[in-house]
Amino acid sequence: MDSPPLPPPILIIEAVEKQFRRGTETLHILQGIDLQVRRGEFVALMGPSGSGKTTLLNLIGGLDRPSRGRVAIDDQRIDQLSDRRLAAWRARHVGFVFQLYNLLPVLTADRNVELPLLLTSLNKARRRQQVALALRVVGLTDRARHYPRQLSGGEQQRVGIARAIVTDPTLLLCDEPTGDLDRKSGDDILDLLQALNRDHGKTIIMVTHDPHASARATRTIYLNKGQLSATAVA
Amino acid sequence: MLRHTLNWLAQTGSVTRLSLETIIERKGACATSVFGIAGVVAVFVAVLSIAQGFRHVMTRSGDPTKAIILRSGSDTEMMSFFSGPESRLIADAPGVAHSAAGPLASRELFVVINLPKRSTGTDANVPLRGVSPNAFEVHDRLRIQQGRPFVPGRNEVIVGIGAAREFVGLDLGASIRVGRNDWTIVGLFTAEGGLAESEIWTDATMLQSAYQRGNSYQTVVVKLTSPQVFPAFQHALENDPRFQVKALLQTDYYIDQSRTVYNLITGLGTLIAALMAVGAVFGALNTMYTAVAARTREIATLRALGFGSSPVVVSILLESLLLALLGGLLGSAIAYWVFDGFRAATMNWQSFSQVAFAFRVTPSLLIQGILCATLIGLIGGLLPALRAARLPVARALREL
Repeated sequence: MDSPPLPPPILIIEAVEKQFRRGTETLHILQGIDLQVRRGEFVALMGPSGSGKTTLLNLIGGLDRPSRGRVAIDDQRIDQLSDRRLAAWRARHVGFVFQLYNLLPVLTADRNVELPLLLTSLNKARRRQQVALALRVVGLTDRARHYPRQLSGGEQQRVGIARAIVTDPTLLLCDEPTGDLDRKSGDDILDLLQALNRDHGKTIIMVTHDPHASARATRTIYLNKGQLSATAVA
Repeated sequence: MLRHTLNWLAQTGSVTRLSLETIIERKGACATSVFGIAGVVAVFVAVLSIAQGFRHVMTRSGDPTKAIILRSGSDTEMMSFFSGPESRLIADAPGVAHSAAGPLASRELFVVINLPKRSTGTDANVPLRGVSPNAFEVHDRLRIQQGRPFVPGRNEVIVGIGAAREFVGLDLGASIRVGRNDWTIVGLFTAEGGLAESEIWTDATMLQSAYQRGNSYQTVVVKLTSPQVFPAFQHALENDPRFQVKALLQTDYYIDQSRTVYNLITGLGTLIAALMAVGAVFGALNTMYTAVAARTREIATLRALGFGSSPVVVSILLESLLLALLGGLLGSAIAYWVFDGFRAATMNWQSFSQVAFAFRVTPSLLIQGILCATLIGLIGGLLPALRAARLPVARALREL
């Protein structure tokens, strides 16, 4: 029996290098990275500190550009877009989940979630619907009117995830999403991410150095000294 | 294109609202900036209101139907001189209005006496003007507020209310010593806020004898039949071979008289305000840099979510402008409440005598003050805004 055909890659990275200059010294953060991620995958990106995990995630998310090589998402190269186009591209295609949640303290949970929708042409009523849906998905409907300071770390991260999925982006990029949480809350967040991947078909790339977290992914990629060293499929 | 613009406006609106909502969390720094700018604007408006008040008195004094005649070559009354017969000929020039008693011309003498100021107790120069008996018909804005006019031929004076307010001993019924005689103050007068209110008036012939001036005058002030006859009047006088005189419309004469002081005060005021403004710009810069630093991760988050950098720049500029505007309004309000109508007297360098006036905080000064604040806000906000926009998102996201 043939296995069902694999979905096409949603992310293609070819020969990507990233260098930073520090004084007279050139730091090679990423070297010759080739990577493909298919639609519906949940990829964990692991590696020791300074191995270039976050740098790679930033390149994928269009927060930074590679020094060399190509980054294409959904058949569109993003490594050559102008700042303005890149910002517009991020708004449509990427949802970010940050280690420290990065919620705006002056906004209630629902208004934090609404932020990316302000960049769309949706009217207020539609935005409210979307926000309510996203909050329901992360199980925080009853906390919508709370400010971040009134929420626990785990709850804040759920708001962060709701914000990341509210526009239904192509890719969900998570940078150490459980790094600042206790084990229980971390597990809840991982459950949520897993459900988003499994039940909603979200493509997720998650940077982590926690094997417990990477165990939830469908595939784990290891980075070491700026190079991909191995891939393990769950 | 339209969609881009609308989208940009919407983004800018959202980001600006967010920055304004965080002001309360940064109230200390924001208040420093607002009060700093308020101080600059208050000083700026207050100093310029001195110049405005001074000029107001001088221009209020002028009347386009009056002309003042001086000896040619003299810029001020102090330096001018006419003999009695000359002054009579001047009064008969064409264009001078007449009453039943003759031409409406006041032949005047101008001396300066010393009196102590109420405010400091130090002596200052007070103008004492001798006028013709028909002076009240020529200077038709003069009103006796208390008492009565002086009687020609007696040692009596009337005092302008500005002078009465500024100097010691100029009360109704009191007497002052001028020359060798005591003169009784028989009336206080107003002149619709004009320069005459800073003066003491008496009968010219009495003053001539008190100062041993013989039959001489310094100026002639005439009332013209209409402002339109002035060119003909001026031409007739200035081309008359019997004397060398120059004729000026009273309005022009007073503007000319106020120029030195007005320019001096305006120049000084602007200089002081400019120096303070430099300080306020640094205050505003500091506030906005602090704001940007405190919000580095927030701004980076917004930009990661897809907000453009120009909405961020504009929002920071708008915030800075708003704070500056608040400062400007506060400063203007302070200047208005504290200084508008504040009474003072200063030396008029042309006549070497004191002019009493009130500070005038005019609407145009308030607008200038607010514009000055806006400029400070713009400069103070621009650099921090650009810094926020240039911050690499990937790095800024990691800042705590």
